[in-house]
Amino acid sequence: MKLLRLKPGHGEIVLAEGDVEVPDQERELIEAFRRELDAGMWAAVPTESGDGRRQAELVKSFADVPRDAERVIFFPRAAGGAQRTAR
Amino acid sequence: MPLALGTAAVVLLALLWELARPRLIDAWARYRSLRAASARSAAAIGYDPGRERRAERRARSLLRSCVDEHEWAMYRDLGFLRVWGGLAGRAHASEPPISATEEDELARRDPWPQAGAVMAGASPDARRPTGPASYAYLIYPHRPIVAYVPETGALLSEYCVAFPDHSRPYGSARLPDSDDVLAKWMALTADERRLIADANMHLPGRQIDPDMVSRDLRRLSRWERERRSHAVSEIKLPA
Repeated sequence: MKLLRLKPGHGEIVLAEGDVEVPDQERELIEAFRRELDAGMWAAVPTESGDGRRQAELVKSFADVPRDAERVIFFPRAAGGAQRTAR
Repeated sequence: MPLALGTAAVVLLALLWELARPRLIDAWARYRSLRAASARSAAAIGYDPGRERRAERRARSLLRSCVDEHEWAMYRDLGFLRVWGGLAGRAHASEPPISATEEDELARRDPWPQAGAVMAGASPDARRPTGPASYAYLIYPHRPIVAYVPETGALLSEYCVAFPDHSRPYGSARLPDSDDVLAKWMALTADERRLIADANMHLPGRQIDPDMVSRDLRRLSRWERERRSHAVSEIKLPA
């Protein structure tokens, strides 16, 4: 599993990578996951349904991440955009 | 006596000022040059076109790996993504494939083919709804999300939403374009209600030109027709 973060001026960066079945690596993944959530990030897991439809799932704890997920993507939380009127 | 003391104090202050003045002037000059250098380096960080291009290339690659092929092709060719609205609780189950003749008939009857019935077998758009879509969104990079009625093309509202990274790693809080689109796509497909609640809603035309959106909807319609006819011709070829 890879934990990725979207970053301005860079694209995604790999925060942590490991096998959730290996306790040490899972612990590192959990710590990195918590750090990002504490920093105010949203976490999403891209998924694909049986009929090929792709979507994402927002997760709030590492326990919510499917064990077979390949990636968790962190991105800054949504905020109401600019109120400007210029087109 | 008080007069003498007062005079002495004034003289002392004047002497101290004269002694300290060069140092104070130096310190002020250093402070100003530091501020200017910091502003210059921030500006330089913010406008590195090479770095921004590389970031955008990575972001496009990630977006491509997350959305399905039809959505990726849409973004690549048209510069925006369409996401079907899900709040109305439509079913997404697939229907049996229909024939090319039926598809042509549907395309003739339906001026907004993206809102029509699904062709699970022939259509490359796996997210296409089974029934008439009550609404859908257009996602543009760094612009508001536009909600519209697929059946008529009528614009409903603009949802102004941003994903600012306040750590500003390279002097800017803005994600690369494709990462912004990906963030909107993930948030919309995962929790549409929450994203819409967090956004600032405005009537159409506040930030995005409605004529431009109408043009984009016509481009999308034409693009999907061409892709569909291409897919149908590919299906017919083996026979």
